[in-house]
Amino acid sequence: MHSRQTTNPEELREIAIRIRKSVVASLAEAGSGHLGGSLGLADIFTALYFSVLTHDPSHPGSPGRDRVILSIGHVAPVLYATLAHSGYFPVEELATLRKLGSRLQGHPGRDHGLPGLELSAGSLGQGLSVAVGMALAAKMDHKPHRIFSIHGDGELQEGSIWEAAMSAAHHRLDNLTAIVDRNGLQIDGRTEDVMNLEPLPEKWSAFGWEVIECDGNNMEAILNAFAKAEAVKNKPSVIIARTIMGKGIRSIEGDYRWHGKVPAKEQVGDFTRELDETVDN
Amino acid sequence: MVNRGNRATKAGFGEGLLEAGLRNTQVVCLGADITTSVGCNLFAEAFPNRFISLGIAEQNCMGVAAGLALEGKIPVFSTYGVFAALRTTDQVRVSVCYNNVHVVIGGAHAGVSVGPDGATHQALEDIAMMRVLPNMTVLSPCDATQARLAAIAAIEQCKGPVYIRFGREAMPDFSTADMGFEIGKSQLLRPGNDLAIIATGHMVWEAMQAAGILASGGIDARVINMHTIKPVDKDSILNAARETGAIVTAEEHQVTGGLGSAVAEVVVQHHPVPMAFVGMPDRFGESGDPRQLMEKFGMTAEAIAEAGRKLLARRFAL
Repeated sequence: MHSRQTTNPEELREIAIRIRKSVVASLAEAGSGHLGGSLGLADIFTALYFSVLTHDPSHPGSPGRDRVILSIGHVAPVLYATLAHSGYFPVEELATLRKLGSRLQGHPGRDHGLPGLELSAGSLGQGLSVAVGMALAAKMDHKPHRIFSIHGDGELQEGSIWEAAMSAAHHRLDNLTAIVDRNGLQIDGRTEDVMNLEPLPEKWSAFGWEVIECDGNNMEAILNAFAKAEAVKNKPSVIIARTIMGKGIRSIEGDYRWHGKVPAKEQVGDFTRELDETVDN
Repeated sequence: MVNRGNRATKAGFGEGLLEAGLRNTQVVCLGADITTSVGCNLFAEAFPNRFISLGIAEQNCMGVAAGLALEGKIPVFSTYGVFAALRTTDQVRVSVCYNNVHVVIGGAHAGVSVGPDGATHQALEDIAMMRVLPNMTVLSPCDATQARLAAIAAIEQCKGPVYIRFGREAMPDFSTADMGFEIGKSQLLRPGNDLAIIATGHMVWEAMQAAGILASGGIDARVINMHTIKPVDKDSILNAARETGAIVTAEEHQVTGGLGSAVAEVVVQHHPVPMAFVGMPDRFGESGDPRQLMEKFGMTAEAIAEAGRKLLARRFAL
């Protein structure tokens, strides 16, 4: 089982750009989907699959792998692009996103047999509970693999998240790390206008979690946050990653209207150029 | 069929869970604070390391069960049917059924026979809600003896999601272990060709008594125990339709969406015959003694017999 492919932030940044380009291309081809959040999470997905995870794309179901649960199924494009670039399936297949018969469903569906996909999900607020179940199973069987679950900040408005948060701390699941994509935006606007989430770190902390905050679009900060999470013992950890929706394409960065919007095919060239210009991170 | 003494179906479920747990260490049980009340105390006492307490948080319990099942465990999550099937419906739909994982869901306190607790705790919509979900199996054993067999079948034979429904009140225990329990295969409890009574859960005993009442009036009723609502036993339903020409369904559940609907879906497509539905008449229950409630809402042997007589009158008037 290979793991920790690279810890070089420069290399990871380049991979993240390639993943973002694939996200843009696949969404333009699909004609619908969620661009903003997918781009904002590209650095975290890159860090996970190209540095942090113990996994083997040629043996997707191997028992010792670390598990990644995508609770916010709508950002499936960044998961798919990352899986493809990791070698789970051909990059060309990304062009089938959201099309009839595709293994790349609009929201992840395991019934279509996509390698590397851990969970069918998309109804918000459910993934953390599933991750808790997986973490409990690993603890019961004394297995060392880790569970990572990925959440949106708006998703934290779902009450079931906090049921799950309570249970993870109660059972001292230090093999579980939740990642919150704190981009501050949701469909109706700013999270603080739609339904205030703050003080967010204090909430998680009060629920018994170790809270790690980081810049979710800075590769060194992300790697550092994952390292801190791995060192936490006797309680679950949450990485609150501040990200920018649409990150990497300056003309759309931070614009919540791009939550559920995709580029027109003729925009792909411009977006790709913008991505090439932002290797400064 | 003889009543060997009243027992709650939840007791049979608890025994089956314990037995399956003894045979397979992968079986785990989730607790939502009402462990004894939903038949899981025997398991929890026998296997404390395989009992996971999660508190009063049913939505989380269902998701956790899905996660455990994805890892190869066989999670059994039992709570009141109103919560198991209704409060957590979205978790059951997406995390459990869409992922098609083997989660055993126990739905306790089925029907108005819950009694004094009243409408909030009387599960009367759970069959409808569970049977509409793809990949789901729905079991509704007739008594404590059968509930034990159903629990074992749910744990040892099912590969995907399964909902098993049972009651709280001590009810006649009349089936025998040697009748067996095959998922999807109903049981012919009484032959008869004038009319068929297809019943499930507590109403199976009532159906047998109804057949006795009808027999005294010269009507020979067939009684079928439809312990599996999904997949429903199409063959026995169609045989009943062809051979009797009239079907009464009986369930401790709303008359819409449950056993009656499942039977009607088969009948109207393949061999239409007159039908009557005995069950909760599209309303909420209330507090009271279990027997009083079953009488008030028309879920008794006499109500089934009356429905049968009216159905035959209607049939011959056609």
